[in-house]
Amino acid sequence: MSTQSIALPGTDATQRSLVEQLHQWVTTVDHKRLGLLYISYALIFLVIGGVEATIMRIQLIRPLNNFVSPQVFNRMFTMHGTTMIFFVAMPLVFGFANYLVPLMIGARDMAFPRLNAFSFWMTAFGGLLLYFSFVGGDGLYGAGNAPDVGWFAYAPLTAQAFSPGHSTDFWTLSLLVSGIGSIGTATNLMATILCLRCRGMTLGKMPLLAWLNLTMGWLVLLVVSPLTAAQLMLLVDRYLGGHFFDTQAGGSAVLWMHFFWVFGHPEVYVLVIPAFAFVSEIIPVFSRKAIFGYPIMVAATVGIGFISMSVWAHHMFTVGMSSSANTFFVLSTMAISVPTGIKIFNWLATMWGGQILFRVPMLFCIAFLFQFLIAGLTGVMLAAAPFDWQLTASYFVVAHFHYVIVGGILFAIFGAFYYWYPKMSGKMYNERLGQLHFWLFLIGFHLTFDFMHIPGILGMPRRIYTYEPGRGWDIWNLIVTIGVLFQAAGVVFFVWNMLWSYLRGVPAGSDPWDAWTLEWSTSSPPPAYNFAKIPEIRSRRPLWDLKHPEDPDWHYE
Amino acid sequence: MSTSSITLQEADRRWDLPARGPVGMYCLIAAESAIFTIFVVAYIFYIGKSLTGPQPREVLRLPIFLTICLLSSSVTIHFAVRLLRSGKIISFCLWWLLTIALGSIFLLGTLREWRHLIYDEGLTIQTNLFGTTYYSLVGLHAFHVTVGLLALATVMVFALRGDVGRQHAERAEVLSMYWHFVDAVWVVVFTVVYIVGR
Amino acid sequence: MEPSFIPALLLAGAFLSPTNIFAPVSTPAQSIYDLSLFVLQVTGAIFLVVFTLLTYAVVKFRKRKTADGREPAQVYGSTQLELAWTVVPVLIVVVLFLAAARVIASIQNAPKPDNAIDVTVIGHQFWWEFRYPSLKVVTANELHIPVSDPAHPTPTFLTLLSADTDHSFWVPRLAGKTDLIPNHPNSMWLDPHETGLFLGQCAQYCGTQHALMLIRVYVQTRDEFDRWVREQRLPAHTSGAISEGQKIFERTACINCHTVSGTAADGHFGPDLTHLMSRDTIASGAALNTPVNLRRWIQDPNTIKPGCKMPAMGLSDSELDAVTKYMETLR
Repeated sequence: MSTQSIALPGTDATQRSLVEQLHQWVTTVDHKRLGLLYISYALIFLVIGGVEATIMRIQLIRPLNNFVSPQVFNRMFTMHGTTMIFFVAMPLVFGFANYLVPLMIGARDMAFPRLNAFSFWMTAFGGLLLYFSFVGGDGLYGAGNAPDVGWFAYAPLTAQAFSPGHSTDFWTLSLLVSGIGSIGTATNLMATILCLRCRGMTLGKMPLLAWLNLTMGWLVLLVVSPLTAAQLMLLVDRYLGGHFFDTQAGGSAVLWMHFFWVFGHPEVYVLVIPAFAFVSEIIPVFSRKAIFGYPIMVAATVGIGFISMSVWAHHMFTVGMSSSANTFFVLSTMAISVPTGIKIFNWLATMWGGQILFRVPMLFCIAFLFQFLIAGLTGVMLAAAPFDWQLTASYFVVAHFHYVIVGGILFAIFGAFYYWYPKMSGKMYNERLGQLHFWLFLIGFHLTFDFMHIPGILGMPRRIYTYEPGRGWDIWNLIVTIGVLFQAAGVVFFVWNMLWSYLRGVPAGSDPWDAWTLEWSTSSPPPAYNFAKIPEIRSRRPLWDLKHPEDPDWHYE
Repeated sequence: MSTSSITLQEADRRWDLPARGPVGMYCLIAAESAIFTIFVVAYIFYIGKSLTGPQPREVLRLPIFLTICLLSSSVTIHFAVRLLRSGKIISFCLWWLLTIALGSIFLLGTLREWRHLIYDEGLTIQTNLFGTTYYSLVGLHAFHVTVGLLALATVMVFALRGDVGRQHAERAEVLSMYWHFVDAVWVVVFTVVYIVGR
Repeated sequence: MEPSFIPALLLAGAFLSPTNIFAPVSTPAQSIYDLSLFVLQVTGAIFLVVFTLLTYAVVKFRKRKTADGREPAQVYGSTQLELAWTVVPVLIVVVLFLAAARVIASIQNAPKPDNAIDVTVIGHQFWWEFRYPSLKVVTANELHIPVSDPAHPTPTFLTLLSADTDHSFWVPRLAGKTDLIPNHPNSMWLDPHETGLFLGQCAQYCGTQHALMLIRVYVQTRDEFDRWVREQRLPAHTSGAISEGQKIFERTACINCHTVSGTAADGHFGPDLTHLMSRDTIASGAALNTPVNLRRWIQDPNTIKPGCKMPAMGLSDSELDAVTKYMETLR
């Protein structure tokens, strides 16, 4: 059998065999390649997680449906949540950080390239381990042994007594392993940003994306570790006969909740802060104006990072904490809306008086602004604890967090895809296809997640595989499910665009957007060493200074 | 492939950023501190809540000697790194070896204490909440001591082969930061388990 | 609050769904509803303002075709503006916080009057046990409580316990949800001022059949409630001779899980069946209490609640008929 070598356009002329190319990818320590590995890995799991969601939505399209059994459904929502958070959102965020941070700070690579590779492969292995649960062990009800305890795996449901077999262990171990990868990447980001900035780039002059990834980095260090600790405790309970969460021995189920949410809430900020970073880079370029209020944007982000570690028990308003405890968490949760709101105003002010170009990255960022506003406001509603006593664990809160994660984070990530695609691939994406993706996905998103708030208000709890007719939930569930079709169609066009443009797209050049940060000063895609000469900079927008020597930024900063 | 370079007029300004080794170690220490904090919180939360079985004050004996050994090893490693920086390799090796010895004494002493608790007092990780939290917390610390000792031993092997010189002082310093962290954690564990919890 | 709003919403609410949180009939639900209206008004106003500004910006500042290629004026910040949009949100947060804090206190720290009805709720996988300790009543899945006159309240105070995993008691029109966590007793209270049937269900994922762990709350007049209590306290109605069905019931493993007071059956793993026929539904609301459904349930519970904890006992057709008949005597 002969080995085919694929000569991709834009690569050098020497024919490398497929095996050689694969070997290069598998052993790479280059931050750009690792970034692309993270991103591709996440996209595959995005599709898988989407399939899991689609299965659930088909089951819920009408009352008392039997498309899947309750056992399968419970595995679906557990795997969907776990996959999307740990094997889609986190890798996407780490992938973009990996690719962009060294370029934007004028470095040749991350601080610890081999740690970088190790971290990626740990994360990758974790995902494979989680999915092996479908085939490993003795499968039950045709769906394998996948975990079915919910993505936050409350005790004592996870005890051996209530979850025999190994399904819970797949959940625990896969997250433990990928958590090690996350801490490795966070360490790398911190060290890179603190130690490898090019000359002249003080902390006050680095791009907002670098600042926000720095914040995300220390947040990961501080909050993924509690999850690791809790999982170790769960393993002690399940395998060494420990009693950390064993209520029969005097243990506390609420303790698990505290430990999990001390991780779980800051985790969503780990995901959203890089989304803010993308928006903070894209909106200025497509409004043709500098970001409004850079210092406050930094301060607000750091503030969000700190406050986010003090709000966790707003996920536990119904577990029976004292009224004083509940009241404290109302205050801290509402307080975090202040720096977050400030950021929305700053983005608005950036667009104000600008010349807005409605290219695809900007479309996604504008949608982000509207949607994140709504998500934040439903968050404020949920922060009012008594209101939360009705709405938590219902479809209202499911709608809220999907509004944040899909309407906010995923839209920003799509924007980032289109914005940096020319840099990463050397080709321009197809604008028409991109617009199609945007509008289809927008319609689908709103059909699904706007209307999803209503069943929550009408008393529909979450994590139920079916529901009674006559509750008034039927029509809303139908509409929610229909929205999935549009979202799926949008994603199909997105993937098609990425692939097709790589093969047939117009060469992009180094700076297709007339942008201002350092990654646009090198070729597309950048050479392995990033820059022929490490740049020296004088302001936050080095390329603006070059392009406008009569009116450079450092006159004003 | 074109790159543009942006040069400054004032290229003579110093540009000193922190070294990546210590920064990386501080990050690891931050993450590990968070893990230990959770185990300590669980320990404190469950003080006095065991429904049955041996209670701390019945079975725990203050490990004064072991604590002195471990904390002294912080001093010895500090001297070792200083000596390495001045290029005094032989003295460095001696103090480094002393550190390893003190750490090993601590570890062996912990194992001895556990043997006593399990076989003489009947306290295992399964016995009650005290057993679960005690073995987990002290065990997690002991695991970190073990990993540290392995790293120190690796350096010892290189040093004995003559491959370690004063140019490695910063790396040895980074390792010693980890060791100091492990000792600091012991101070907390000792206070929580043997003083507050009894 | 705008008074005309409320009855309209209530009407619409009751029309839309029997579990609408915006159709409260009990004080905790009502307090939450009032707070939620306030919060919605504030967040609604914020939404309108910011939405308008965003839309305006997107429309007004789009790049015109007539643009001359010059970049617009670069504005790096404005201290006054940034101060303003920090201070105003802080004030809004303070107001919302105080409003919420007040309602938290009023619900969580409500004093318990002497004439309150006490019910202990024990959550099981996947059914509800209701015990009235002072009234000496034990039943399952369908909670009967007296209506409470706002002038002379007779609230019901629930103590929430769990026999296995976490559950949550949620009857939206009566109160917010409160969790049932093993080794962590909780409490909540209801004071419905309308009679009727109010629906709810478990709201904390507790395993395979979480979805069909339904709650039915029957709010009755005082007289009706007292009569119900009297009947529930009686031991099982027997006709004297022990029926064939009762013999089968007692010789198979049924009595290991179920209680029929006044007989040998004294199990506690499953619902108390002493007055099974006084209930409208079986299987924690998953099926109506008809002879056909009852027989189907006993034959194989997994046909109604796949994955529930009651096993199929492998009874023959004639045994099934006999046992079903016996169940039907448990009024």
